[in-house]
Amino acid sequence: MGAIVLRGGAPYGLDPHDIVVEDGVITEMTPSNQSGSDALDAEGVELELDASGCTVMPGLVDLHTHLREPGREDAETIATGSQAAAMGGFTCVHTMANTSPVADTAGVVEQVWRRGVEAGIVDVRPVGAVTVGLKGEQLAELGAMASSAASVRVFSDDGLCVHDPLLMRRALEYVKIFDGVVAQHAQDPRLTEAAQMNEGALSARLGLAGWPAVAEEAIIARDVLLAEHVGSRLHVCHVSTAGSVEIIRWAKARGIPVTAEVTPHHLLLTEELVESFNPTFKVNPPLRRAEDVHALREAVVEGTIDIIATDHAPHPREDKDCEWAAAAMGMVGLETALWVAVEVFIESGLLSWRDLADRMSTIPARIGQVPDQGMPIAPGSAANLTVWDPSAQGTLEVDALVGKSGNSPYLGRWMPGAVRHVLFRGRPSVVDGALA
Amino acid sequence: MLGKHLLSAGDLDRAQALMILDTTAELASVTERSVKKLPTLRGRTVVNLFFEDSTRTRLSFELAAKRLSADVITFSAKGSSVSKGESLKDTALTLEAMGADAVIVRHGASGAPYRLATAGWIDGAVINAGDGTHEHPTQALLDAYTLRSHICGGQGDLQGVHVVIVGDVLHSRVARSNVLLLHTLGAKVTLVAPPTLIPVGVESWPCSVSYHLDDALMQADAVMMLRVQAERMAGSYFPSTLEYSRLYGLDAPRLELMKDRAIVMHPGPMNRGLEISADVADSPRAVIVEQVANGVNVRMACLYLLLGGAGSQAGGD
Amino acid sequence: MVFLSSARVVLDQADISRAVRRISHEIVENSRGSDDLIILGIPTRGVPLARRIAETVAQIEGHPVPCGAIDVTLYRDDLRLREVRALEPTDIPSQGIDGCTVVLVDDVLYSGRTIRAALDAVHDLGRPAIVRLAVMIDRGHRELPIRPDFIGKNLPTAKDETVRVRFVEVDGVDDVMIDSESVGDVDAG
Repeated sequence: MGAIVLRGGAPYGLDPHDIVVEDGVITEMTPSNQSGSDALDAEGVELELDASGCTVMPGLVDLHTHLREPGREDAETIATGSQAAAMGGFTCVHTMANTSPVADTAGVVEQVWRRGVEAGIVDVRPVGAVTVGLKGEQLAELGAMASSAASVRVFSDDGLCVHDPLLMRRALEYVKIFDGVVAQHAQDPRLTEAAQMNEGALSARLGLAGWPAVAEEAIIARDVLLAEHVGSRLHVCHVSTAGSVEIIRWAKARGIPVTAEVTPHHLLLTEELVESFNPTFKVNPPLRRAEDVHALREAVVEGTIDIIATDHAPHPREDKDCEWAAAAMGMVGLETALWVAVEVFIESGLLSWRDLADRMSTIPARIGQVPDQGMPIAPGSAANLTVWDPSAQGTLEVDALVGKSGNSPYLGRWMPGAVRHVLFRGRPSVVDGALA
Repeated sequence: MLGKHLLSAGDLDRAQALMILDTTAELASVTERSVKKLPTLRGRTVVNLFFEDSTRTRLSFELAAKRLSADVITFSAKGSSVSKGESLKDTALTLEAMGADAVIVRHGASGAPYRLATAGWIDGAVINAGDGTHEHPTQALLDAYTLRSHICGGQGDLQGVHVVIVGDVLHSRVARSNVLLLHTLGAKVTLVAPPTLIPVGVESWPCSVSYHLDDALMQADAVMMLRVQAERMAGSYFPSTLEYSRLYGLDAPRLELMKDRAIVMHPGPMNRGLEISADVADSPRAVIVEQVANGVNVRMACLYLLLGGAGSQAGGD
Repeated sequence: MVFLSSARVVLDQADISRAVRRISHEIVENSRGSDDLIILGIPTRGVPLARRIAETVAQIEGHPVPCGAIDVTLYRDDLRLREVRALEPTDIPSQGIDGCTVVLVDDVLYSGRTIRAALDAVHDLGRPAIVRLAVMIDRGHRELPIRPDFIGKNLPTAKDETVRVRFVEVDGVDDVMIDSESVGDVDAG
């Protein structure tokens, strides 16, 4: 297998470099336009990728994706989801356990892991369920999943909340065996029965049952105190309210080992979009107010929210082509996550590319304990690299999405650039903006 | 004049609301004649698409359309979600194939008429006959017409009229539409209910809120009683129907507190004995039956104004 | 409505006054003194004209003559050609029209379609014994077999001309103008 050269891209948006990749590893990096770069034109270069004008990032790592397989292959498969992930610049995704059957045994997580390896486009890391069948009654075999070939380290009943405080305590305690982390979907079920959108003046006017912020905040408050009490790591999925941010800030100040994620859509979209009653904008947790969006952006900059995670949730067309109450909740997000992040944080100057790399690659890899992902762009690192081209702008069309489902809230929106190339373990998964 | 659809009372400005009421007044005389039919909408097809049981509203619209000589088809669909039979989309596509000029839709999901109006499945006008807990614009219009007849001599707007709306505001589309329309017409609105049945965010509504019925009644020119479902007890909205009636039910003693000329209204169907006592419902101050009659005329006016000219552009979409 | 300088007055206030008197006398003569006369004006400008005729007939006959308005919007056959029109008031005298002599009154008779609609409207209100038609101006170009019984003035016109009757009660002035240029929508507002 010959070398691959990535020419002229700027790692972390800094100075352009030529990067040589061999056998899955970055072997050489020299500044572009230096006479030394001629030495790279040796034989044995299998592929040269032009990255001039582009930014090079470590391959993105998603800590929260739904690949729907097994059970809902009509919406997405591990293969199509991997493709969507690659197009979005990801080299690793954690796929949630709310499949059918639920990923609550070593058997199912190994099946999912194996399908990911077969597709061979990104690292697919199965998330194990916390409770059997996601029923919230009994712990699943967390140990078996951890020791399986899938090597599960992140556990979540996402889709549902581990609402029983005793069970949540036990889970937090138990994962200490293998230094795992419980990722909580914070939603008190009793306060959100049949909820359709954020509770507030707008839901009152639209006649849609409300999902109050307190239903998220109360669970987070409880969980951080439990995590402190038993001395275990907690991760909070898709934080959506300003109040939640304050609680997490308080917890971190106390030294509680909590990490948190936010989705791209909660960083950009607000509940006013629900006025159209168009189920494209129906998601769980729901779109909230502008004040919440601002608090979440601040939290990402400050580090109170550690990472951006997509919560990519594909749904077939008939589950969205209906009245609001009947529609499924969720938006696809793998293919648009990076441009949302660029629009919100890079173009505004709120974050540098290095900071963004931390929040979309390094830290998620660390939370998920993924070897070889989120590594610094330097010789010796595993070659998981994403190249972002700011000149590849355009409007997002549904046909451009390679994932199986098109339930994106950004259709018709202007994108400030696109992923141009992606190297996964030293092999190209995306070349010139298309799947390799 | 009205835009292409009638989806929300909140979409009507003062001029449009008055246009509907004035047109209703002209059409009311038609109802009094022996020949009650007008040729105005002959050749037009109006579909009643009712996903929720409602004989009263459905018949009202049917009669209104027939009095204008439109052809009426009634489509009673049970079960709206995809899993329970034909989806809203497929139903709509079927109606479009049948050539519906207008679809009058009642649905259990808030926003369903908006989907019909904007998803591109049908071409005709959409009239909201009640969607979930969101709106019921023609009910608000007939309520406004009734108020105008009794309190304002049948003309003009409702400036200065004080209307008290009592009951399960949280789940009431009638309340929402009425608050919006009454405000547009210059009336003053007070909502009365236990706090559990008042929506969070009501501070942004153009009305006041009170938890005390007696005080509000003394200042009302009209009181509108909303239906309260006994099933709400399961959600712990109130401890018992008895306590609810004691605190918020309109009975004969409470009727005495009201101004002499104040009227009692109810969108129906009534829970006699729960939110309204039998003797109040049957008293001469209750105009409930008149509301029903006004309903047909108001719906005739809406159908005429939406379908009686060249098709207009869809408003705002 | 703004008229271009090509507009000319064909009837002034005095002419209109004389026409009303003559029409009223003709109606009285034609009805042979019957006391079941009802004058119904077609809105908008047929209404003030109907009122003037009813008052004049009352003067001639020595007793009041019932007068009202009948809006024909809901009976028109051309509704779908224009944006939906607001309804005008309909006011039928309380005794009804059964067995009466109804005189429909309008300002201008043109294609005849308005009167056809009015006949349908009258038909739904009851069964008059006789229906007659009085108009201030007959400008020709009938599209239906409708003819007026009482005419203020015959005014042959070209189809691209515009005829406008104005009454003090509605427009602040009495006259009839004809404009030989197509005015279109030159509305001052």
